[in-house]
Amino acid sequence: MTTAPEAPGTDQVGSPRLRKEDARLITGQTNWTDNIQQTGMLHVAFLRSPHAHARITSVDTSAARQQPGVVAAFSGADFAGEQGSLPCAWPVTEDMALPEHPPMAVDEVRYVGEAVACVVARDSYAAADALEAIDIEYEPLPAVVDMEAALAEGSPLVHEGSGQGQGSNKAFVWPFTAGDVDSAFEGADVVLTRRYHQQRLIPAAMEPRSVVCRPDGDAFTLWSATQIPHILRLMLAMTTGIPEHKIRVIAPDVGGGFGSKLQVTAEEVLALLLARRLRKPVKWTETRTEGFQTTHHGRDQIQDVSIAADADGRIRGLKVDLLADMGAYMMLVTPGVPVLGAFMFPGIYKMDAYSFSCTGVFTTKMPTDAYRGAGRPEATYAIERIVTELADEIGMDPVELRRRNWITHEEFPHTGVAGLTYDSGNYEAATDRAMELFGYDDLRAEQRRRRESGDPVQLGIGVSTYTEMCGLAPSRVLGQLSYGAGGWENASVRMLPTGKVEVVTGSSAHGQGHVTAWSQIVADKLGVPFEDVEVLHGDTRVSPKGMDTYGSRSLVVGGTAVVEACDRVLEKARKLAAHMMEADEDDLEFTDGRFTVRGTQSPATSVQEVALAAFAAHDLPEGAEASLDADATFDPENFSFPHGTHLCAVEVDTETGEVRLRAYTAVDDVGTVVNPLIVDGQVHGGLAQGIAQALYEEAVHDADGNLVTSTLADYLVPTAADLPDFTTDRTVTPSTTNPLGAKGVGEAGTIASTPAVVGAIVDALRPFGVQDLRMPCTPQRVWRAIADAREAARSEGGQR
Amino acid sequence: MIPAQFDYVRPGDVAEAVRVLADSDEPKVMAGGQSLTPLLRFRLAYPDVVVDLSGLTELRGVTDDGEWLRIGAMTTHDEVMNNPMVAAHCALLSLATRTVADPAVRHRGTIGGSLAHADPAGDLPAVALALDAEFLVSGEDGERTVPASEFFLDYLTTALDVGDVLTAVRFPKMGGWGFHYEKFSQAAQAWAVVGVAAAVRRDDGTVTEARVGLTNMGSTPVRASEVEAACRGVPARLETLREAAQSADAGTDPPNDLSAQADYRRHLARVLTGRALAKAAGI
Repeated sequence: MTTAPEAPGTDQVGSPRLRKEDARLITGQTNWTDNIQQTGMLHVAFLRSPHAHARITSVDTSAARQQPGVVAAFSGADFAGEQGSLPCAWPVTEDMALPEHPPMAVDEVRYVGEAVACVVARDSYAAADALEAIDIEYEPLPAVVDMEAALAEGSPLVHEGSGQGQGSNKAFVWPFTAGDVDSAFEGADVVLTRRYHQQRLIPAAMEPRSVVCRPDGDAFTLWSATQIPHILRLMLAMTTGIPEHKIRVIAPDVGGGFGSKLQVTAEEVLALLLARRLRKPVKWTETRTEGFQTTHHGRDQIQDVSIAADADGRIRGLKVDLLADMGAYMMLVTPGVPVLGAFMFPGIYKMDAYSFSCTGVFTTKMPTDAYRGAGRPEATYAIERIVTELADEIGMDPVELRRRNWITHEEFPHTGVAGLTYDSGNYEAATDRAMELFGYDDLRAEQRRRRESGDPVQLGIGVSTYTEMCGLAPSRVLGQLSYGAGGWENASVRMLPTGKVEVVTGSSAHGQGHVTAWSQIVADKLGVPFEDVEVLHGDTRVSPKGMDTYGSRSLVVGGTAVVEACDRVLEKARKLAAHMMEADEDDLEFTDGRFTVRGTQSPATSVQEVALAAFAAHDLPEGAEASLDADATFDPENFSFPHGTHLCAVEVDTETGEVRLRAYTAVDDVGTVVNPLIVDGQVHGGLAQGIAQALYEEAVHDADGNLVTSTLADYLVPTAADLPDFTTDRTVTPSTTNPLGAKGVGEAGTIASTPAVVGAIVDALRPFGVQDLRMPCTPQRVWRAIADAREAARSEGGQR
Repeated sequence: MIPAQFDYVRPGDVAEAVRVLADSDEPKVMAGGQSLTPLLRFRLAYPDVVVDLSGLTELRGVTDDGEWLRIGAMTTHDEVMNNPMVAAHCALLSLATRTVADPAVRHRGTIGGSLAHADPAGDLPAVALALDAEFLVSGEDGERTVPASEFFLDYLTTALDVGDVLTAVRFPKMGGWGFHYEKFSQAAQAWAVVGVAAAVRRDDGTVTEARVGLTNMGSTPVRASEVEAACRGVPARLETLREAAQSADAGTDPPNDLSAQADYRRHLARVLTGRALAKAAGI
């Protein structure tokens, strides 16, 4: 097993500090966007399409304007000249269809919930009531709900004449090939082909979306429950034409995002335009059902996957053909999500050849976009499921098959078939530890006993040895992938006269605990008390430069920027300290926040004393400025690659189809750990979300394109009461691509757990002949799979 | 929550509540508010007045009424499940109430509100039906008692008229019986896909009597009468009770919805009834 190198002066980094954020959050001293009050503030409610697809034939808002408390009411046509088109920053191919996406529909609606009109009133009740007075008429058009039907000849079109090659719902085709795929498959002893469905998911962050916008002269302040204040400001300027320097975006306390707040939304654009039109502050907060319908969804792919292998289990090649449901429009990174997955299908395995093709498909549903993992969970699911099936096909233990194919720890850095260079990893160590903690052999023995005795409760074991690409992202690579921005991050470190420290970060925390983790890093680097560090973020005026928080990037990229800014502060401090101590710079040592002259007993000078001297500026060395402050922008050279081994045991009640999680062991390698408590929290939450996809959650639409699961009563988000005690542990193989050695942990649990759980259920049901199950594996689906398999076995027996 | 506009009245006694209800066009009674609030939030209910019974302290609490336990309609789930008299004389109600939603809901939600809401997916209606509970109602014409078998009329529909207030529910004391509530739900805090409320009385190795109520197997709670008949006099063994449970879905009309199709619910009713009977019989 590998361990972290001893970092100098480490006592904060690696320590399970309680989060600085929590006392305030837990006691309700919070500043959610919906808590923000402004003098004279008006409230906005949106009228939304009840049709998945329809032409708007008339809108009359005049009666709504007469309702009590109503100040204004507008249709899409009222903003047609200024609302622009919601941005897509990731046109994955040159010929990708990029239809106009007006924030409020003008002529046509293409999903249920699309905004068609709005009311602005003195309170939110009056606004909601007045929606009923808007007179709108539609001419319904055919809904396009199913991806394969959408691609069939003669399908109704979501966008007339704007699909790839026109007259089609095909938005783009993104191909990738490496190696000789044909010969890899032709010479194979075993070829398996499977179709996996990634059901559509609803991110369901705890805090609903909310936006407040206040006009300030010719400028605007916009508060939003967003993950991306910096990107949002830029995009609002580009969409509306309001100059960037006249827009200030603030992300106050934000209660979770999971990618759903990595977006530029219709409501944010319209809040800005309404504030400009009415010269008053406006607020809009979604209801839970509104959020389910109109906050972007995640996943929704059909994956046709083939794997070729030799009889001894060596993998030769992999073919992946994806259909990815874009929904009705291209939002911020809609088309990029499945394309990002292209690099992750080969997982941790060596192989000779790989081909990938992704077809983006328009349907009349809410657009999809980033959701925790964004392309990587989908890819990991497919490879981990089919590798397990391959093991079954050739009669090998699924862990053994993985051992035969994975990159061994001596082989790093390793450039895989998809072109990524994995800098570090130790799959053997993580797997050995996981199997030991899990009690793999004992559980296999129990499984055999239950099978032999025909126990109505069967046991299954699932394996997931995942990796993911994190630390998004090298700007150069993003450019090659046609992404519209870079992947750097910025930080500033300010030494105050009293020796306290302000850290300004471009990362935008929305639950991750950045304030605590950044304080730990800075405390160690500068040798100041943890309590003396204040972290500022989430406001384009306070932290003017940043690329925000998503893709497990904050610690890896933003944290590194903090480290580099600290290094620059120390560089300046060292010069001044040498001057103060009348010593040569090279003779100074810096330990625990104190400069001393090497080899002497002369008194030390603290970094705080140096900060005060810089502020006073009474006696500075030649050419020095009266400040120790420094900033840094870090652009990673490579992604980071967390990995781990997750093992899941389930008990399946074959009489009812109920699945009980018996044991779950996760051994993750996320590199250097700054705060183990925060990492555990990320893993636990990630597991819950990945398990949710396996067992509970699915956004279901009816044939007319209505979202049937539009409340938390129908869309089942599991709670702690549904989950087992997780056994978690870590191996530490530091990343070599950033000075912290960190790899990112925000998405690992979600990416790893889904195939482990489904693999375990299938494993439990193998004696019945079950090879796969559609997610979510609800009791009813499991029961039917057993019943169908028994029926098939009976009729097969009858034929013999 | 942004409901449509309504008036709000909090009466000081039952008579005032009855008067207000009778004088309103479309009133809604609010007990703990755990079912009514979602209806208001989704604008599925447009009451002109909400009559909040939380001021009627006389409707709260459990009293020993000789052969019966009388439970005030405004008694919260939490109070019911922690009440020693309920545990001693009517443990099935304690067991089922423990499965209702989550602690926050159980601290506000009430037994009367839950029964008057008459959601067939709710846990308590099947219990009241299985145990032959009686509903004490105050209305414009005075007080009356409605047996459980006549109380649940249809989906979210009971024998309560617009001007009626459910004041209490009484359950017969059932000494010597064994009980079990078998709830099958997709997530810990979700509604029952199917639930089975079972009460069994044994004479040594023989089942002398059984009562079975089913949750979410129709538009009202359902009494599994065929199972009850099949249990009478059979040996108290797992196989015989499972056999008796094979008719659990007879006469039911289970819904097709997102969580389950009707055929799966019928299957579940049979399996879960067998399990519930066995546990109630102490097997």
